[in-house]
Amino acid sequence: MTRIDEAHGLLAATRYVPRLRLERSEVLNQHRWMAPGLRGLAKGRRAIAHWDEDSVTMAVEAARQLQQALPAVAAAELTLASTTLPFADRLNAGIVASAIGLAPEAVLRDVGSSARAALTELAAALRRTDGAAAHLVVASERRTPKPASTQEMIFGDGAAAALVGRGPVVAVHVASRSTHADLVDHFRQAGAENDYGWEERWVRDEGYLKIAVDTIAACLADAGVAASEVAHFAMPAPLARVNDAVARRLGIAASALVSAEHDTVGDLGSAQPLAMLDIALRAAAPGALILVAAFASGCDALLLRRSALPCPGGVPGPGRAETSYLKYLSFTGRVELEWGMRAEMDNKAALTAAWRDHARAARFEGGRCEACSTVQFPRSRVCVNPDCKAQDRQLPTSLADLPARVLSHTSDFLAYTPNPPFQFGHIDFEGGGRVMMEFADTDADELKVGLPLRMVYRIKDFDRLRGFRRYFWKATPLRDGADDTPPAPGKGAI
Amino acid sequence: MASGIRDKVAILGMGCSRFGERWDCGPEDLMLEAFNEALADAGVGLQQIEAAWFGVCLEENNVGKTAGPLAQALRLPRIAATRVENACATGTEALRGAAYAVAAGAYDIVLALGVEKLKDTGYGGLPVRTRGVANDLWMPNATAPGAFAQLASAYAAKHGVAMADLKRAMAHVSVKSHANAALNPKAHLRNAITEADVLKAATIAAPLGLYDCCGVSDGAACAILTTPEIARALRPGAELVTIKALELSVSNGEESGFNRWDGAHIATAREAGARAYASAGVTDPRRQIDMAEVHDCFSITEAVLMEDLGFSAPGRAIHDVLDGVFDRGGALPVQPDGGLKCFGHPIGASGLRMVYEIYLQIHGRAGARQLQQVDLGLTHNLGGHPQQNVCAVAILGRHGA
Repeated sequence: MTRIDEAHGLLAATRYVPRLRLERSEVLNQHRWMAPGLRGLAKGRRAIAHWDEDSVTMAVEAARQLQQALPAVAAAELTLASTTLPFADRLNAGIVASAIGLAPEAVLRDVGSSARAALTELAAALRRTDGAAAHLVVASERRTPKPASTQEMIFGDGAAAALVGRGPVVAVHVASRSTHADLVDHFRQAGAENDYGWEERWVRDEGYLKIAVDTIAACLADAGVAASEVAHFAMPAPLARVNDAVARRLGIAASALVSAEHDTVGDLGSAQPLAMLDIALRAAAPGALILVAAFASGCDALLLRRSALPCPGGVPGPGRAETSYLKYLSFTGRVELEWGMRAEMDNKAALTAAWRDHARAARFEGGRCEACSTVQFPRSRVCVNPDCKAQDRQLPTSLADLPARVLSHTSDFLAYTPNPPFQFGHIDFEGGGRVMMEFADTDADELKVGLPLRMVYRIKDFDRLRGFRRYFWKATPLRDGADDTPPAPGKGAI
Repeated sequence: MASGIRDKVAILGMGCSRFGERWDCGPEDLMLEAFNEALADAGVGLQQIEAAWFGVCLEENNVGKTAGPLAQALRLPRIAATRVENACATGTEALRGAAYAVAAGAYDIVLALGVEKLKDTGYGGLPVRTRGVANDLWMPNATAPGAFAQLASAYAAKHGVAMADLKRAMAHVSVKSHANAALNPKAHLRNAITEADVLKAATIAAPLGLYDCCGVSDGAACAILTTPEIARALRPGAELVTIKALELSVSNGEESGFNRWDGAHIATAREAGARAYASAGVTDPRRQIDMAEVHDCFSITEAVLMEDLGFSAPGRAIHDVLDGVFDRGGALPVQPDGGLKCFGHPIGASGLRMVYEIYLQIHGRAGARQLQQVDLGLTHNLGGHPQQNVCAVAILGRHGA
């Protein structure tokens, strides 16, 4: 048997869930007059992306969590899966790769068009045992369903990622199967805003209970494994009780059903299979069999065996309750509010300048002076240290993963931001470096001089005239307490 | 060896328009209002002006580029005219260009005029604008109140002061400026207010409330300069006001990018102030300076400047402000005309407006707000934000003072 530290398989998995969690009861309260039937779904909370998060920024956070969990592994391939990528023609995985600092020769691709895209990719990466290079599969979703639809209740925003390669694996590939079937349970035309779905009972009976069941059964047969041996069965099912029915039909124990975290997060679309895999991995005993399946235009089934190694990295915190449904509608562009003339500012980006110093915004790249060790942002020709001023001696250095503290701050009610007030200030980085920057995910009255911070990659602003968006890093409070999303870099449960 | 500008340039005449929301006036009207007053004051004719410096900051919301708008408004006889811009320190920059031309002996009589027509944007506050193409890719689109509000957070932390105490001092600054402007017929905001009004006002950028912020105004101000010799020849026996110092300091990115600045003071103000004091022979500013017009764009700016300019010991500004040192009846009156806060802040005109007040006070022409005796006054004009800015400091006084 292959030694576990040189096996090819799954090195780590993770999931990123945005901090804001919309109370479903507040959604119901606004729709009760016309859609009282939503009452059955109005329990718990669902994760919602902040105004400055999209499927790219959430993918960056998930990928960074894996980087921080396994700093020695450099991914040679990156696949980004999503049905809600911000750009139809611009490599979205390229934005992610630049932000996390992947080497220019890394092989990147975007995949999408169905909620099983990421699982198809993960299974393919696991089957390719020839190469030694690590493959990062990230899935991220920010869907904005029509108000008062069941999807609005069921869906959540978030990302999940898995790293495949040779090394200390947490699980190895046992078998996998893929079936394509153009059964259109729902669709969204390219460029359209809304899904259109068919009757759920038909989807359950003809889709899950036939296509998914057959695919999973074939996967188990390939492995020579009985359904009863599956210890963890992870299958996203945006319909109630479908997994139970599928498990029963296959003979998988009811106790093997993996939680979809419906009560706290919601269904993450293409990221959901990877998110549920992460949940299963953390619960699985050494040697346990984990079956992940994803149904969408067919089905993928992936059977893994858990190793004895602990799962690297932490898990998402409980987040922060959001009770303003109108804020959610505004963040998702479903309602247009009067933002005043300050919101009319033309945010046209000079693409030439953006490329000239692309690592500046993408990787938060500053300079470290070789002569005096001063870290500075932006990187410049002449050192900022008045006692040095050495010319052309700065080596690139990223501030993205450095801890920092607040030097000065304000909450500005005059400036335009989709989430007033506009909070920004001067930040001092540990080991040097100072930047005036925006804060993200802050609470009112939370900012104070000396507050510890970490950096997150976010949307800086939108160019609505031309359909472009700029990304940059923002500072967010480092939270160790009960409230909050992921554990601090270098801290917490790694 | 350069010998500076002390007593090499005299102010022959000055003019200043009424500041405020001048809905019925365009830039041309504002320029002429200030210029006509200055020309009459100087007692010279348009033909005697040999060159002009024109200060406009936000030309895109205003007159457009070049010094052409000045030449057209005044119908200058095709003389040399230069447009200058250094953010909110633009007015002093116009004065500086003109003064140096006279000091260099290039011209005998020159004009410095600043104007800003701000109330054509459709909204309150200063217009939003680009920070430069490369900066726009990462820099927060900060407002001026947001940038200056940070001074308060850093100052309170550095000196271990309760924010409530700092806010009381900031409130006193604004109450004082309103009281002074109530006596100034050209001021934009002439209503008296109380400390309670300030403290209960809506927050603009925490901890700054509405009354911590200066007015956004339309207006123009100008000066006609010459040499002391020519001034004496033109007006024998008249009191002569000369420039004692005119210094400028510009941030080089150290405050915003190097971990040394404490975020609680204006480094360029200290630099320009020290140079100006050396130029003017001032060794004890708190005692030697009779009055000051500083760049009180926000109450906290004025408060920290009291330390940066040497009027208060480090960490003592709050006490001096609350003790009334800088009130009109205090030991060192600051903004007797109401300052940016209440006279108003038409950007390109503000630096010249500050000089105008010292000029009036020295001549004893300040009306109801006249101070007892002013021999030496200081102006401080700031462009930009605390971490990256231009500070201009001018010292003016009686010739020979």
